[in-house]
Order: sequence, then structure tokens, then C-alpha cells
Amino acid sequence: MARAISTKRKAVFTVAAWIVALIIFFPILYTIITSFKSETEAIAGFNMIPSGTMESYGAVQDQYNYFKPFMNSVVLSVGSTILALLIAIPAAWSMAFSPTKRTKDILMWMLSTKMMPAVAVLFPMYLIFRNLGLLDSRIGLTVMLTMINLPIVVWMLYTYFREIPSEILEAARMDGASLWNEIIYVLTPMAVPGIASTMLLNIILAWNEAFWTIRLTATDAAPLTAFISSFSSPQGLFWAKLSAASTLAIAPILIMGWFSQKQLVRGLTFGAVK
Amino acid sequence: MATRQTQTLARLMLAPSVLMLFIWMIVPLAFTLWFSFQQYNPLNPLRDGFVGFANYALFYSNPAFLQSIINTLLIVGSVLLITVIGGILLALLLDQPIFGQGFVRILVISPFFVMPPVAALVWKNMIMHPSYGVFADIARFLGVQPVDWFAQYPLFSVIIIVAWQWLPFATLILLTALQSLDGEQKEAAEMDGAGFLSRFWYLTLPHMSRAITVVILIQTIFLLAVYAEILVTTNGGPGYASTNLPFLVYQKASLEFKIGQASAGGIIAVILANIVAFFAMRAVGKNLDR
Amino acid sequence: MKLKTFLLGTCSALLLCGFANAETLTIATVNNGDMVRMQGLTEDFTTKNPDIQLEWVTLEENVLRERVTTDIATKGGQYDVMTIGTYEVPIWAKQNWLLPLDNLGADYDAADIIPAIAGGLSVDGKLFAAPFYGESSFIMYRKDLMEKAGLTMPDAPTWEFVADAARKMTDRTAEINGVCLRGKAGWGENMAFLTAMSNSFGARWFDEQWKPQFDQAEWKNTLQFYVDLMKDAGPVGASSNGFNENLALFQQGKCGMWIDATVAASFVSNPTDSMVADKVGYALAPDTGLGKRGNWLWAWSLAVPAGTQKAEAAQKFVSWATSKAYLELVASKEGWANVPPGTRSSLYANAEYQKAAPFAKMTLDSINSADPTKPTVKPVPYVGVQFVAIPEFQGLGTTVGQLFSAALAGQMTVDEALKQAQDVTTATMTEGGYIK
Repeated sequence: MARAISTKRKAVFTVAAWIVALIIFFPILYTIITSFKSETEAIAGFNMIPSGTMESYGAVQDQYNYFKPFMNSVVLSVGSTILALLIAIPAAWSMAFSPTKRTKDILMWMLSTKMMPAVAVLFPMYLIFRNLGLLDSRIGLTVMLTMINLPIVVWMLYTYFREIPSEILEAARMDGASLWNEIIYVLTPMAVPGIASTMLLNIILAWNEAFWTIRLTATDAAPLTAFISSFSSPQGLFWAKLSAASTLAIAPILIMGWFSQKQLVRGLTFGAVK
Repeated sequence: MATRQTQTLARLMLAPSVLMLFIWMIVPLAFTLWFSFQQYNPLNPLRDGFVGFANYALFYSNPAFLQSIINTLLIVGSVLLITVIGGILLALLLDQPIFGQGFVRILVISPFFVMPPVAALVWKNMIMHPSYGVFADIARFLGVQPVDWFAQYPLFSVIIIVAWQWLPFATLILLTALQSLDGEQKEAAEMDGAGFLSRFWYLTLPHMSRAITVVILIQTIFLLAVYAEILVTTNGGPGYASTNLPFLVYQKASLEFKIGQASAGGIIAVILANIVAFFAMRAVGKNLDR
Repeated sequence: MKLKTFLLGTCSALLLCGFANAETLTIATVNNGDMVRMQGLTEDFTTKNPDIQLEWVTLEENVLRERVTTDIATKGGQYDVMTIGTYEVPIWAKQNWLLPLDNLGADYDAADIIPAIAGGLSVDGKLFAAPFYGESSFIMYRKDLMEKAGLTMPDAPTWEFVADAARKMTDRTAEINGVCLRGKAGWGENMAFLTAMSNSFGARWFDEQWKPQFDQAEWKNTLQFYVDLMKDAGPVGASSNGFNENLALFQQGKCGMWIDATVAASFVSNPTDSMVADKVGYALAPDTGLGKRGNWLWAWSLAVPAGTQKAEAAQKFVSWATSKAYLELVASKEGWANVPPGTRSSLYANAEYQKAAPFAKMTLDSINSADPTKPTVKPVPYVGVQFVAIPEFQGLGTTVGQLFSAALAGQMTVDEALKQAQDVTTATMTEGGYIK
């Protein structure tokens, strides 16, 4: 009896969930479908079944060699994430295990550094980057992305570290473990899921950063955000081409997200779970 | 409990982050403050020089100024409302036993991986376009006049796009919180004969309050800076109907190259952000304390 | 340190960090069809100049403009060749930001450049940018609908005729709009059209003392005429229509007439994209008998920034890309119809081109009927047909464009929009030191 009800209930919820999920996913799905249409098909009205032509991908590749911005996106997002973690892990550790009265204020202050609108500081930043010779360099942009995302990284790690019971650390201390060993052998293994999740979120944020990565690059360091900007709003209707470029720009991060969603979800709590 | 040595070490470990972020904050802030008192236009350098508060006065007297503040708050408020309520509903739905749960979750979180310019382009051209968009196709199918979203409901259209991007984030965090709710507690409540609504109101919602706070806090910071979506879709118009504060600053900085006024606008934006953050913290901040 | 090693390692492994010996030119371009085509044909240049490598930065128009302007204003030195328009050239040349193009080679034949275009790209008789492709605007109309309305389009119609024809062609039940015009806010969007249109109504942005003229009757006539016409005969939601939106409408057969860039002719007459390809006629932009027509003049042009270390190589490239030989190269590879138009008189004398592009004559006539140095009926202190070549115009044009777009959408009246435009413009011009 109870089982019958729950199966029926499950079916209803399944249908509802699938409908909602498909609606939410639809814009992405339709972009992917359109990328396999010809330009004439793309503007010929609603149609979920493309002819399967690859001509748009060919046209995109002819105009812009995908490989180079793709590599730049990978280097920038992974590089800035590693750098941010290296700086943030000690800070988050310190705040989680030796909290002071001001810990919360420091955290809030860190978040507040994100409040200055990027557009307002474009000009000074451009001058600074020019004077340091960092325009269109991957190193400059990596540092930039690191700083942009550092507050979020610190916060996420902090909330995650705080969940680790301090008794374990004390026990390790009793055993005479040095502080360094404590971090390496006790804390890190327990923190790996949190670090992994932080890393994933940060890679996503860095990958999708679309202001500085366009403004401060030219050829050498331009990532996929710049790539997409060379296909948007051309003169004429080239929606299949635009869809192909869009698909290429989001595909890597989408696939990474799909495969790692369990890890991402596990740590994406910002301490919201008690 | 902690020894003096560990405390010193803790400070040392915190120092790099704090120092770097301090530099990262103070250098642009100092530049912006300095520029905000200068007339500085690299395209027309003849009149450059110290002007006192003139930039602030000019930015304030801009006919778009008040509208842009209202629009900024409307975008933040509406997107928060949509994503929090939508996120709770979605989380409740996804928390039920359903077939293909993993796959559904993948579909729901996908928009979060899409970079803002791509999201805006896709919505503008493929979904909301008055003659080629899917919405227009649906309208024609139903035999009604297609809506020209960006002309008739510009701000609403922008809000829809931004909400679509942030709904997955809210759903994920709320879902994680929901799943951590003790199963026994739930069952006990069910046994007590508590209906779905009262269970939700007295048990689930309080349990999620912390997660909701986190969603609001993080999203507010990002939503105050929305600009790419507006640039791609409505360009702030028609009139100033979809101009928000960052977009107005963008117009001053990158279109008119009035760096002084843009800087003044930047300072105003920081002040506004702090006010919003202050009220947000007053309203929901105590949830963050344990 | 670790990161740097990692980055360098990735770089060298992938050979992405540039080439050691050859001189590399970084070229910023807009993502329009003709420019993209040029990127595909650069082998011709690099085989002739093996010591020069080319790197491209292709961006959409707005981002490109923002990027190159920021770079040149801060002397960032990111680019060796920049693609800029007729708006930027006079301003930048006056700031000494551009190198004069005095070394384009013996067989370049600068005298062949269409005079109206060359005039817009020169300051004090010196050429500061070489036109890559040029355009004006004209009327594209549906011959079949015109016939159905019982009218014949003259080669040089008046606004009165166009408005009358538009109202007669409009058939709301069949989703046919008499006329499609730009309404989307932006100095290069609706203001390009409206400023050019206002010229034909005898209006001007400024008088000789830089006093804004939106409080004058000519502007009121222009804007009222435009708003009324669009209300009676324009598409729904016209206030967000730019070039692409109107192109879509026209190609689907939903516009009787469309006044826009001459480059659109190659799209609407192309049978694979356009449902109305065989029914399109062309006419000059309308006038009101005051001696000026409502068409603009624009040329995407290649310029060499003063900050570059590679001026000689850059000029070599500019010369190659804007030469007669380049036109022939495109013709031989992709056909005459795909040659970048509007830059050289000799192209329009070419019988093969005339055959491939039926709109060639009308394009040339349109270009020739615009004069950036004398754009208006009454005298003005500025250069530019659909823009005012002062640095303030980008922002000003966009702000005024937003107001006019709101008037079109019915959010404010014509009088309100003009009043606010006058106020905003006066404030900006006072601030900029033009009004003493």
C-alpha cells in the first residue's frame, strides 16, 4: 500500500522535475542544436532537429583558431585557482582554528573588496598594467583573477575548515605533531573535499570572468571570453556560427561541471549546513 | 588554549591574504578617489585638472542617475526574490525521490557554467528575439502577436536572464542544506501528523535560513555589478529603462572617457554597495552566527 | 615561481608565445564579413613579406572601439594597426595619435580613393587612415509592393513620397510594414540614421558657436516626422531594432522599404538568405528639397598608431590591404561580389563588378552625395555626416539616442525628448569648454 502510493508520488515528482529541468536547460540545448544547423535553417523558425551540418564549426575555426584561447582559458583559470588556494588555505586555516574577535569582520571586509565596479577602475588598472608591462600577459591576468576570487575562496575554505572538529587537531598535537605535520597529515586529508569544491567553483568563476579578460588582452593571453566577443553582434545574421562559437566557449567548463558536480555540491555550502 | 606561538603563526598565515587584498583594494580605491576630484578626459585633455566635487555633482545631476539607482536595486531585489523562492521550490522538488535524479540535477545547474556574455547572446538572439526567438515562435503558434521583450519590458528581460544564470547556484546551496536535514526529525514531524506546509514552515525553512543568508550575501555582491547582460541586450535603453549604476559608470568611462565622472560614479557605487550590505547584514546577518 | 615555470612550460610546449625572428604585427579589426575574409587571404601578404608575421584581434564593433580607444589614449602600445572609422580619424589625428600614411608605395594610387571617403580620413590634406571598405545608406524597397500600392519609386525620392508610399504599403494583417528604420539607442545605431535624416530636414547638431540646436524647429520636424511615420507604418517594437533586426525583417518580406547601410544590399539580394532577393529595388536616401540627402558616410579604415615600433611594416600591411591588387585578389578567390566596396573609384568603373553587384551604381551615387566636410544645410563647426567628430559625441550621441528611442517607444513625447536632449547636450558642451 505505502509502496504503491510512493511509486505514484515518485512518478509525479519525476515528471515535474524533468519538465522544470528541461525548461531551465532549454536555452543551452537549443544553442547546441542550432550550432549544427546551417545559417538558413537557423533563422527558419523553431526546429529541434538540425541537419547536422558542421559548417558553422568550420567557419568558426577558419576565423579564430579555437585551440589558443582554449589553452589560455585553461591556464588562466587553473593557474589563478592554484595561486588563490596557496594564499587562501593558510589564511582560512588560521581564521578557522585561531579565531579572534575580528575574524568575522576580516571576512566581511574581504568580501567587500569585490564591491568596486570593475568598469570604474578600468582606466587606472590599464595604466598600472601598462606600466608593469603586464598588458596581454597571462601572468598579469592570472594574478588579477586570483585577487578577484580570493575573498570567495577564503570564505569557502574557512567555513569548510570550521566544520573540522578541533579535538582531532588537539589529539594530533598531543602526539607531538608539529604544526606543519598537523596541516599536511591531519588537516589536509579531511579538507580535501572542501578544497576540491572550492577549486571547482573558482575555476568556473575564473573561466567565466568576462570583463578584465577581454579588456586586458590582445592576442597572446586572450581566453575564450575574447573568442566569443569576436563572434557576437556581427553585421548580418549568423546565428548558427554564433551558436557554434558559444557551444565551443562553454563546452569545456560545462563538461567539467557535469563530471564533477558531486564534488562541487559537497563543498558548495559556505558553511550553510550545520 | 592556543599557545602564543600558534597565535603568532596564525597571524603570519593570515597576513599574505590580508596584505594582498588590502593592496588590491586600496590602490584602485586611491586612484578612483583621486580621479574623482579631477577632470580627466584622455580624449580632450585641454581642461584636465582639479575640480573639487564637480564630478560628483555632474554624476548626480545626470538625468539617468536616480533611475539607475532604482534599477540597480530592482535588479538585485527581483533576482534575489526569484532565485531564492525558485531555488527553495526547486530544492524541495529535487530532494524528492525521482527517477534520473543525477541527470536532472546536471540539467538544472548547467546555466551556472555559462559565461555572462554567452548567456545574454543566447537569450537575446535565440529565445527573446521578436521575430526569430523561441518565444516569438510560441506566440505565433498560439496566434498572438510576439512580444518584443527588450523594447517593451527591458528591465524585466534583463532580470530574467540574470535570474536564469543564478538560479542554479541558489538551488545547489539550498539543496545541500535541505539534504543535511535530519531524516529522523522529518519523520518525527510526519508522525506527529504535521502537514507539508507546517513542516516546511516550522522545520525546513528555519533549517535552511543559514543557506538562504549565504545565497543572498554572495549573490548581492555579484548582482550589484551586473553589466555585461545589459550591454549585450538593451544597451541601457529604451531611454534609461534598463540602465543600472555599473552601466552608467561604464558609459561615462568607456564611451565618453570622462574618467573623473566615472570615478565619482564608482565611489557612489561603493557607497551604495556598502549601504545595501549593511541592511542585508542587519536583516539576515545574525543567521551567520552560530 | 612554480606557476611561472608552469606557464612558461606550457607556452614553449605549445609554441604559443610568439615567434622569435620575424616582426609580428598585431592588428585590431572588427568582426564584419569583409574583415574576416581578409584574415583568410593574408598568405598573399606574408609570402610577399616573409619577415612580417600577422596576429589578429577580432572583436565586435563596440568592444573593439572601447579597446583601441583605451589603448591609444593610454599609449598602451598593444596594436600596430587599428581598424577605426571615419569618426575616430579626425579626432585622433588632431591629438597626434596617428601616423600620417605617407609611405604606401609607388603603385598605391591614393588619387583613386573615392574623394568623399578620402576627405573624411584626411586632416590638413594628409591621409591618416586608408579605407578598407566604405558605405553610405540608401533605400532598399520591394518592387512588387510598390507596384501593388500603385506607385513608382523615383531614383531620388523625397521624404514626402517615402512617407506616403510607406503608409500605402503597410498591411498589418499581412504583417507588412511600410518602412523599417533603426530605433535602437546608440550613436552608431539610431543616431546614425536620425542625424543623417536631420541633415535632409535642414537641422544641425550645433550652430557655429557650438550651441546645441535641438530646440529648433528643424529637429522637431525631423523627430516628429520619424515618430509619426514609424507609428503608422513601422514594425512593432521598433525601438530595439538595429541593423540586424531590420535585416531579419526585410529578408522575411516584412518591410516595404528599409533605409540603411549600402552593405545590406549584398545580404538582401542573396537568394540563400533572403526570401525577397529578386524583388529588391534601390534608391537614394530621401531629401526635402533643401539640397542635402538623408544618407550617411562611413568607412572602416586601417590606421597606424603613433606609438608603434613597427611603423614601416604596419604601413606595408595597410597598403596591401587597401590596394587595388587586394580587390583583384578577393575577386579571383571569392568572386567580384565579395570585394570590399566603397573605397576606390576604379572598382565602380569595372564592368565585371557592375555585373556582379547590381546595386553598385546606387552605392557610388550615395557615397558621392554625402560630404563629411559640409554635411548640413546651414553651416556647422564640425566634420561628419551622421556624427559630430568631437570626442564627446560617442557619449552624447548615445544619451540623445536613448531619449529618441524612448520617444519612439512612446515613453516620452517628442517635445520632452528634444527638451532633455537640449539640456544634456548643453551641459556636456559647457563642461567640455565648447560653450564659453
